[in-house]
Amino acid sequence: MTTVAATAAKTAKAAKPATMAQALQRAMRDAMAEDPTVHVLGEDVGALGGVFRVTDGLAAEFGEDRCTDTPLAEAGILGTAVGMAMYGLRPVVEMQFDAFAYPAFEQLTSHVAKMRNRTRGALPMPITIRVPYGGGIGGVEHHSDSSEAYYMATPGLHVVTPATVDDAYGLLRAAIASDDPVVFLEPKRLYWSKAQWSPEAPATVEPIGRAVVRRTGRSATLVTYGPSLTVCMEAAEAARAEGWDLEVVDLRSLVPFDDETVVASVRRTGRAVVVHESNGFGGPGGEIAARITERCFHHLEAPVLRVAGFDIPYPPPMLEQHHLPGVDRVLDAVARLQWEADS
Amino acid sequence: MKKSSTTVQEPPGAVVHRSTPPPAWQPRTDPAPLLPDREPYRVLGTEAVADADPELLLRLYAELVRGRRFNAQATALTKQGRLAVYPSSTGQEACEVAAALVLQEQDWLFPSYRDTLAVVARGLDPVQALTLLRGDWHTGYDPREHRIAPLSTPLATQLPHAVGLAHAARLKGDDVVALALVGDGGTSEGDFHEALNFAAVWNAPVVFLVQNNGFAISVPLAKQTAAPSLAHKAVGYGMPGRLVDGNDAPAVHTVLAEAVRRARSGGGPTLIEAVTYRIDAHTNADDATRYRGDAEVEAWRAHDPVRLLEHELTERGMLDENGIREAAEDADAMAARLRDRMNAEPELDPMDIFAHVYAEQTSQLREQAAQLRAELDASAEPADDAPGQGEAR
Repeated sequence: MTTVAATAAKTAKAAKPATMAQALQRAMRDAMAEDPTVHVLGEDVGALGGVFRVTDGLAAEFGEDRCTDTPLAEAGILGTAVGMAMYGLRPVVEMQFDAFAYPAFEQLTSHVAKMRNRTRGALPMPITIRVPYGGGIGGVEHHSDSSEAYYMATPGLHVVTPATVDDAYGLLRAAIASDDPVVFLEPKRLYWSKAQWSPEAPATVEPIGRAVVRRTGRSATLVTYGPSLTVCMEAAEAARAEGWDLEVVDLRSLVPFDDETVVASVRRTGRAVVVHESNGFGGPGGEIAARITERCFHHLEAPVLRVAGFDIPYPPPMLEQHHLPGVDRVLDAVARLQWEADS
Repeated sequence: MKKSSTTVQEPPGAVVHRSTPPPAWQPRTDPAPLLPDREPYRVLGTEAVADADPELLLRLYAELVRGRRFNAQATALTKQGRLAVYPSSTGQEACEVAAALVLQEQDWLFPSYRDTLAVVARGLDPVQALTLLRGDWHTGYDPREHRIAPLSTPLATQLPHAVGLAHAARLKGDDVVALALVGDGGTSEGDFHEALNFAAVWNAPVVFLVQNNGFAISVPLAKQTAAPSLAHKAVGYGMPGRLVDGNDAPAVHTVLAEAVRRARSGGGPTLIEAVTYRIDAHTNADDATRYRGDAEVEAWRAHDPVRLLEHELTERGMLDENGIREAAEDADAMAARLRDRMNAEPELDPMDIFAHVYAEQTSQLREQAAQLRAELDASAEPADDAPGQGEAR
């Protein structure tokens, strides 16, 4: 990734507070500046800069042919991106909100995910599909879904989600550079989270598929990603008062899954809680818990627990705080990890 | 109604907006030039045939005869278990052949699952074209090398691909036209709508050819759409719609060529409806007698694309018994070669199922590949409970 470092050096600036939305914008900007085949398309991505302003300024800088306002049609947006990729472009498409992406599902599952496979590698699909996802921003219905389990269940797709400003930049650069399709899930409640960030110093571009230990600890591992990372970090701080020293693993990538980092952590701590806000039943936590159990059974002091959203359609905004797993629910699960003593 | 002394009485029926002027609205486009003719365009049996290029007519004839024979041979191969399935285009050969011949080398063809013939007529090795239907892989060729997209099994989903590719080519300044094929049933899908809308808004160099063969498996057109014709749908998108006799090969070629020319010169997309008929069942798995009568099929047999052109060429002295026999012999030889090659067992490597999921295999897939490898190795070894088997041979 030397090209990324080169761009960063050219635009060196002192670190200052930046939001995740700004880091994502910067990632697209840098990718477009370096590679003329990178095209951004979607509804409202042009003059408006996206409803979350993540594509702000791209149309002005690169022109409407590179950052294109499309008709309002998600299957059309992704379907035309397939044709563009067939002709050698690297489309970055925006699906305005999680639940708005569903019309594009057939294109995603039948073509984007399978094109490399059905053509024996002749037609790779270097498409990045940006999906603002999850709740916590008071959105009305169809604006807060956590749809990662659908994407995870589709072979051929990478599924990644940043939880920090730094990763937002680095993972999006990696996604755009990937020769495979990447569903890039943006936790919209973290869009305005800030960090000391500048494009040069912390602009690490991780290969997709590596988890990171955000906090080391000995008592138990919290396995999480995206919007739930901040919840887990807070819970880990609060748990210190109870004498629990929690490790927090941020998966960053759901597909491919970093078994190595997760397994190493859980073998150290002997206890694990998987935390995410999407529904528990049939959700990512079930897969993750099963993988941990298969690989760490003899190291476990307690069953792997899940703290997830309830198995309900996403609730109306005035009730969402009851659905979203918060610090207390995570701490309750941690308390239940004293399983041996209780049973 | 109480009448004020200051109010001027309007004539009955007039709409008056005193305080609010009408909105500043103009129709975007005059719909009249976009509307298709009421009758499908025809060349055979009309004066237009005099303008047709004799060389093209003979080429179309040869390809139609080969196409008809190809369909028969492929259908026979399903009965022998050599193809998992074959959706025959018998009766629709004129559309298939014209679609292939109208394109230049740099252009792209986006076929549906029924368009094997168009793909073969474009020059692809028939065995590669039949790979999907034989079942040894999903696509048997490199789409970029031949400028032919994979045969699309989901309906109408290949249409936005054609639009995106044509759009990308135009942005790059390349002289490329995309021709996308779809059936009448496919026009009901959302992707058909989105593709046409994108194509028109982007002024993309795309041509959409709907082969209206009367049925989507068993559902007749009357239950598929209430539109005056499928070509009429074009007007709503702001592109011209054209209706053509889909069994009249020179007519389909003429209308397609005009649309391709238009796209190539920056004039944007065109929607063409070719009215044709699927003589065979949907596939070999379908029983067409459950949803249509013999009389209807016979009526369409009388309007057969091969016979129509043969008749015209014979009438005009461009084709005689010898020519007809030669075309048939050429087609038979092609079918014999195809049969021989399809009778050879394809060489399959089971490990290939892991090879092209991602550019780089995930650790999960590496584990699963190792599992399959071990299973294959175990089944390849002689069984432990059959001692001496090796010596017995």
